[in-house]
Amino acid sequence: MMAVMGPSGSGKSTLLAIAGSLEDATGGEVLVEGVALGGLGSDARARLRRRHIGYVFQDFDPLAGLTAVENITMPLELDGVRGKSARRTGLAALAELGLADRAERFPDELSGGERQRVAIARAPVGERRLLLADEPTGALDTHTGEGVMRLIRSACRKGAAAVLVTHEAQLAAWADRVVFVRDGGIVDATAPLPGPESLLAPGTEPGR
Amino acid sequence: MSVRHALLALLCEGPKYGLQLRQEFEARTGEVWPLNAGQVYTTLQRLERDGLVGADGDGPDGPQKMYRITSEGDAELADWLRTPPGADAPPRDELVIKVLVAMRLPGVDVRALLQAHRNHTIVQMRQYTRLKEDADDVALLLVADAQLFRLQSIVHWLDSADARLSHHTPAASTPTAERAQARVDRAEVRR
Repeated sequence: MMAVMGPSGSGKSTLLAIAGSLEDATGGEVLVEGVALGGLGSDARARLRRRHIGYVFQDFDPLAGLTAVENITMPLELDGVRGKSARRTGLAALAELGLADRAERFPDELSGGERQRVAIARAPVGERRLLLADEPTGALDTHTGEGVMRLIRSACRKGAAAVLVTHEAQLAAWADRVVFVRDGGIVDATAPLPGPESLLAPGTEPGR
Repeated sequence: MSVRHALLALLCEGPKYGLQLRQEFEARTGEVWPLNAGQVYTTLQRLERDGLVGADGDGPDGPQKMYRITSEGDAELADWLRTPPGADAPPRDELVIKVLVAMRLPGVDVRALLQAHRNHTIVQMRQYTRLKEDADDVALLLVADAQLFRLQSIVHWLDSADARLSHHTPAASTPTAERAQARVDRAEVRR
């Protein structure tokens, strides 16, 4: 999991849109799962987006005609996952975001925050190998935001890669690597992570 | 962390042995603040001296002695919970002084300095986040959250300093530097 930080206008969201095959790069090469995006036709791109890339964007609304859990299972079933197994996956993802009792509701029966969480729960399920998250916890409270990050982390532990764009250090701190961009270029990246035990050594006061 | 008040809080639940107090203190603070046996027993001695706890029997102080809270101890604990924490200068003051000094020094890239501190702070935040990821102990989660909010406010300050400096015009640098030095001097006097 990699976090990309930087001030507004530094190119963070553009980077994500290009990685997600939503926008074309004006130069260079973009590889997703070893495949160069530039060489793909529109069908192949659509398949790549549906099957392998999960998007956690604030403005992605769930589909109105499907219940919360169907919103999550639909792409799985399109890819041939059996109904029961897909449903189990969907319910687990909803539970992670505190929506277990909202599974059978339609989007117009949910609050704004709940709709946003359904849209988020939808992203990391199935065989998605690349998660792209743009300020994924935007309007959510701290506790629910942490649920989103745990969901993304658990997808990463199962082998997915995630790129998180944020200006919030508390979100970036969930990543394995943190990269800062400024004026379109990478300016620096954080050092490798020491183990958490270094915080617990007797007599040390963290932050000094 | 006041060991004194933590021990009073544990005794609110009922009488406890010295050893038990030490073990429960460690368990409930997520073992983030390990303390040695001596600290527990000397604190209990002082609490007894001040009339805030009572001890059973006349035996030696230590793990086998049974302690109970007194009504004075109850009142002391209630007062302490409502008292605002100490108004010590927060750790980022030192960072502010470093940046102000750096602005005066020739040849220092202040924005690179801000970035170095930002990196350092985020590395610490990642460590606390890892701790949180594997933890289900509420005390430990609360401690980690408190550190993360504190560190995040440092990153916010670094971000805003960065934004200010990028809009800063060199023509105004002399009076700004003088004002900065005055502030540094005042800050040093305070310490």
